[in-house]
Amino acid sequence: MTSIGTGYDLSASTYSPDGRIFQVEYATKAVENSGTAIGLKVKDGIVLAVEKLVHSKLLVPEANRRIQTIDRHVGLATAGLLADGRHIANRARDEATNYRDAYDAPTPLKILADRLGLYVQAYTLYSSVRPFGISTILGSVDKDGPSLYVVEPSGVFFGYNGAAVGKGRQLAKTELEKLNLRELTTREAVYEAARIIYLVHEDAKEKEFELELSWIGDETKGVHLPVPKDLQRDAEAKAKAALETFE
Amino acid sequence: MDHFPTNWGRPRNDAYDPYGTFPLPHRPNNHAKDTFAEGVQRTQQPIVTGTSVLALKYKDGIMMAADTLASYGSLARFKDVTRLHPVGNYTVIGAGGDMSDFQYIQKFLDELIIDEFTAQDGHDLGPAQIHEYLSQVMYSRRSKINPLWNSLLVGGFKDGKSFLAYVDLLGTTYSASTLATGYGAYLAQPLLRKEVEGKEDTLTAEEAVRIMETCIRVLYYRDARSIDKYQLATITAEGIKIIDSRPISTSWSFAEGIRGYGAQTQ
Repeated sequence: MTSIGTGYDLSASTYSPDGRIFQVEYATKAVENSGTAIGLKVKDGIVLAVEKLVHSKLLVPEANRRIQTIDRHVGLATAGLLADGRHIANRARDEATNYRDAYDAPTPLKILADRLGLYVQAYTLYSSVRPFGISTILGSVDKDGPSLYVVEPSGVFFGYNGAAVGKGRQLAKTELEKLNLRELTTREAVYEAARIIYLVHEDAKEKEFELELSWIGDETKGVHLPVPKDLQRDAEAKAKAALETFE
Repeated sequence: MDHFPTNWGRPRNDAYDPYGTFPLPHRPNNHAKDTFAEGVQRTQQPIVTGTSVLALKYKDGIMMAADTLASYGSLARFKDVTRLHPVGNYTVIGAGGDMSDFQYIQKFLDELIIDEFTAQDGHDLGPAQIHEYLSQVMYSRRSKINPLWNSLLVGGFKDGKSFLAYVDLLGTTYSASTLATGYGAYLAQPLLRKEVEGKEDTLTAEEAVRIMETCIRVLYYRDARSIDKYQLATITAEGIKIIDSRPISTSWSFAEGIRGYGAQTQ
């Protein structure tokens, strides 16, 4: 980057002369260094999957989860700084509780994404704070059916049918585009999600990783839960087998 | 030096500021004291109330029963109110007393359960934990002289063990194999004890339902704040079941013989 050292990249509260905020762009870089996270919105629900890179063999398996539960019906997957992910999840939980208190109803994801977007954006306005180094995938089945959103470090959020963030997002997006998401069941989507995560991991093969899978749908009665152990094992076995035949 | 002329010549209040500390010593004022200046109000009495709740231990777990009336004083104001509420997957609470306070309790317990669920730490709250939490809330509210005006039964079944306990507006707790709140504590509890004590591990669901029906009927005959419609909840290894409200049969033929009610014979 040519603009490094010009002084315009030191604060999120200063524009560069060509109208960019470098701190936000650097935050996006932090996201790109992280293991891939994907989300699929299918016929009857949502599937979230994360390629969690394990930096030490001494870590307890399944520790430091990157898929978190926000409300009964809302799941959240992050790519980027782990601690920022925890913080944003806590904030999302507060927002969900707040909505429930006020309206005595589960939060529509659109509103939760909106509120989180506002919160993340506030961290791009002041020199005293740094923007969040995470992209957040939010998935839920609410009164309007399944929905999927991504909140970026700048605070913008978009709704998606299939979303991918982190290191392998380009390949993951190409794979997601090949799927007929509208016709898929959540059970089928679990297999596809596992396959895509295993596929995008190919480039960083030397690193160990753990697959995290969660789903919301008819099979979980609209509740966000980790995918059952036996289904996950089966999905991982099929994903590994698919890698052999790929290309 | 006190620079406020309004304070000059007035006696100092030694209870407040015995050493006349800087900058402004407290001085007595002549304003009328308004207790409600901050709009403080506390629950003085229950308004819309539910009456007894009954619960017993039986072979498969816990059975609870409550009628569906919420009274406004002596007026039978709401006749189809649910006074049994599931909390999580293993617990049911039943409430007598103020129904708006009960709705508030339902709300914060539901929030508690969601908070615990979102932690996804492999633990969930059983009836014993919910009862302990409730008792702490009830006691802290009574200590603020602003009680939640209820008497509650907490029944549950988790990990093969049944749990049944009581907590009320004072934070008092106790546990037994049969429990009843309100008038039920006087009218139904002796009947429940006679039928259940010593048979907790053999009593079948059918027998338990029959016992509950008997007690609800007795309460309907003798408790003027009751109604002849009730709900049953069971908490067993299969989970929570709360049955839709159903009527109890009553017989009023004896009323004919009551002076002032039936045909006058004299």
